[in-house]
Amino acid sequence: SGIDFEIIIIDDGSPDGTQEVAKQLEKIYGSDKIVSCVVISVLLSPGTAYIHGMKHATGNFIVIMDADLSHHVSLYLMYGAKQKEGNFDIVSGTRYRGNGGVYGWDLKRKLISRGANFLTQVLLRPGASDLTGSFRLYRKEVLQKLMEKCVSKGYVFQMEMIVRARQLGYTIGEVPISFVDRVYGESKLGGNEIVSFLKGLLTLFATT
Amino acid sequence: MTKLGQWLCGFALLGSAWAALALAPPGLQPPAPLRQALLPLPVYLLVAFGCYSLATVGYRLATFNDCEEAAAELQEHIKAARADLRRRGLRF
Repeated sequence: SGIDFEIIIIDDGSPDGTQEVAKQLEKIYGSDKIVSCVVISVLLSPGTAYIHGMKHATGNFIVIMDADLSHHVSLYLMYGAKQKEGNFDIVSGTRYRGNGGVYGWDLKRKLISRGANFLTQVLLRPGASDLTGSFRLYRKEVLQKLMEKCVSKGYVFQMEMIVRARQLGYTIGEVPISFVDRVYGESKLGGNEIVSFLKGLLTLFATT
Repeated sequence: MTKLGQWLCGFALLGSAWAALALAPPGLQPPAPLRQALLPLPVYLLVAFGCYSLATVGYRLATFNDCEEAAAELQEHIKAARADLRRRGLRF
């Protein structure tokens, strides 16, 4: 594709075989192309993973994505193109605009997703259509700055990144993405997630 | 100012304007038809917002794209990638 890239794999040390495969990939493609990093932690939050990942990253832009194939790797080319188009500081994937969408979601999950997003739009007016997605491209300095400022965990962390980015005046572009529900692994959206999402939303509402 | 701050300011402004007009003492009251419309206005607005919310979420729910082709394409890519990696020596 003509783009210089490297892949950094962050694993939480859980016995799901990730580390073995990552090490093999590193051998196959060379460790300038693939870096495998294990952070032994029972609850590896995205924030901690990003911090560790950034330590190894040598590029100018960082694309963050889930490794369970719910984020399609080939879409990262669209991110690069969009970033060039508007010289954006952040490019965010959205499931709610354009031909973005989901696969494998039942009606209940879709309703909760749309309802939560509506509430977020009303309360935070963030200027981005999909706040809880985690498939994004950041300029390296921007990601570093945001990591210093963000304090929440889980879904709310993703939301806080965009809200803080707005506060700091960074430009955000959007790209429609398709989120294919966990080809591997289990999806979690129970009562607990909803409660913590609402708590986080209200905290952001009151503090930003 | 925080979003909460903005909302509180907005409510305070609109609230005091409404109270000044709708709950004014007999001497300063606006004409009767206007008062009749003003008094229940907050409730009307709340109901209107409720309806708008339901309609919006309902519409967005109905138009939530289902990416059939993306899922199919993903399966193809997975198959191709597995074959390729197996060739290069990856053991699953």
